[in-house]
Amino acid sequence: MSTTSVTDPPRTDDRAKPRRPHRRVSPQARARRRREAVAGWLFLLPDALGLLVFVGLPMVLAFVVALYKVDGFGGYTFAGLDNYRTMLHDTQFWSSLKVTGIYVVATVPLTFAVGLGLALLVRDRFPGVGWVRSAFFLPNVISLVVVGLIWQFLLVDKRGAAARLLEPLGLGNLSFLGSPKLALGTYVVISVWFLMGYVMLVFLAGLQDIPRELEDAALVDGAGRWQRFTNVTWPLLRPTSFFVLVWTTVGSVTGLQAFDLVFVLTKGGPANATSTVVFYIYEQAFTFSNLGYASAMTTLVVLLLVLATGVMFATTRGGRFDEE
Amino acid sequence: MRSERRRVRLQPLVAHLLALVVVAPMVWVVITIFKPQCEIFTSVLPTSWTLDNLAYVMTKIPLPRYLLNSAVVSVVVTVVALFTHSMAAYSLARLRYPGRGIAFSFIISTLLVSLPVILVPLFLVVKQLGLLDSYAGLIVPSIFNAFGIFLLRQFYLTVPRELEEAAALDGCGYWRRYWNVILPLSRPALASLAVLFFLANWNAFLWPLTITRDPDLRVIQLGLASLQGQYASAYGYILAAAVIAAVPTVAVFAAGQRRLVDAMKTAGLK
Repeated sequence: MSTTSVTDPPRTDDRAKPRRPHRRVSPQARARRRREAVAGWLFLLPDALGLLVFVGLPMVLAFVVALYKVDGFGGYTFAGLDNYRTMLHDTQFWSSLKVTGIYVVATVPLTFAVGLGLALLVRDRFPGVGWVRSAFFLPNVISLVVVGLIWQFLLVDKRGAAARLLEPLGLGNLSFLGSPKLALGTYVVISVWFLMGYVMLVFLAGLQDIPRELEDAALVDGAGRWQRFTNVTWPLLRPTSFFVLVWTTVGSVTGLQAFDLVFVLTKGGPANATSTVVFYIYEQAFTFSNLGYASAMTTLVVLLLVLATGVMFATTRGGRFDEE
Repeated sequence: MRSERRRVRLQPLVAHLLALVVVAPMVWVVITIFKPQCEIFTSVLPTSWTLDNLAYVMTKIPLPRYLLNSAVVSVVVTVVALFTHSMAAYSLARLRYPGRGIAFSFIISTLLVSLPVILVPLFLVVKQLGLLDSYAGLIVPSIFNAFGIFLLRQFYLTVPRELEEAAALDGCGYWRRYWNVILPLSRPALASLAVLFFLANWNAFLWPLTITRDPDLRVIQLGLASLQGQYASAYGYILAAAVIAAVPTVAVFAAGQRRLVDAMKTAGLK
């Protein structure tokens, strides 16, 4: 477990503790410590600076820009909470939040279940297990743009492969990307196809840490497959499950799939049925140049996301193991 | 007991079948790009296999240029990122100095920040730095990534200190210890990160879309999206370009797939 904890192992911690200042320290030791500090910061500097400028600063800036109206020429006027007031009456914003909400509620459990199922399926070795694992992961390797193009082609109305396959069932006329009722569901299914391989790998890594003996012991005790899963595997998999849950939720709201796939598949249509909140924010920012308004919406989404992950953390106690 | 044994034998069969279903869309598309335009929706296998679609996108469309742009950006980002991340990780895992804890907390706090969340302010920062519509704008902001630092730090915590102390006794300074001892030891972790970084940057779409207008700077994913607009229903061309764009990612994955699982274990994502 030591490699998995965020904090240092105790040994390093002891060493990191600064000695009492009034105790006599030899000049050599002090010079050595200063050299170490200088080296430490120099090694850290490029990345620390880069993260500060290209991640930290934008995080703070989002909240500042949200208070301004920015025009197309880069002129800023302070607007106080105007952007947030606009949001209240922006029906398209609320409908995009709803789209994202439905998308999350559908995608997260589906990806979780499919990913876990696949991991259990390919956990044990059998002839060709390597190819099977790779096959499940392959959709995650190609870009979201390519994923979008592939599915757009397969789902072409009437002539596409999907329509041909469904024709015998009398479903050949369905327009998977063209009808407002089906488009969001289609987008969910494609997302699961894309994400499941990654989730499978995370679960595989988690499963490898569960001692086989525990399950074998349960087997000897006469536990069936399902009993072994619910009583041994599932409880021991809690930290992994928690990670997957948080990761897929955050990813479904603000991950790249919330933008790239929508852009390629539907551009938010039909009738805004697939306009996720991230996609709508992008449109406001870069099609209509409302950078301030877009920032304000982003801050609200981040707030909601922090709340959601907080609730998950509280209800699952951070995925920690049950106390005995 | 009998049903138990039967299910055990059934499992590989189910797995293989499912794997076929999952890759079927990709296989179908790869077959399609060898069909003449008129057969794309009519036949299962082409009556006569043709390279016309591939030839068209490689000669009539600046696809080679897009591929080159993506290759330059992905390779530069990957190499520079591995370098700076391993330095930062070495510092965080092995050296003691005031401010280390705070620096580490800050880095961890950026772990869950994804591009869409900071897109607008990041755009403004990059604009202010005069990097819009440039290779530097594509490359520099993509380098910095907390996940890489975190993964390498976890790895360095497991490297025995004795190795480094031996080098210190030989009079090696911190740079030599990092360069001659730590870096060679971290080859497996670096390799798995290289796979992840290359894939992420080759597949990047949103950031290039946001900051580049110049057609000469188009990366491959942008090129694909522009083809989609231009050749709305000429699926032979669009898919041929898409397959070409996917080949390097599949190749890199095939070469480094074993490392990917290792990377996730090292990172302790659980």
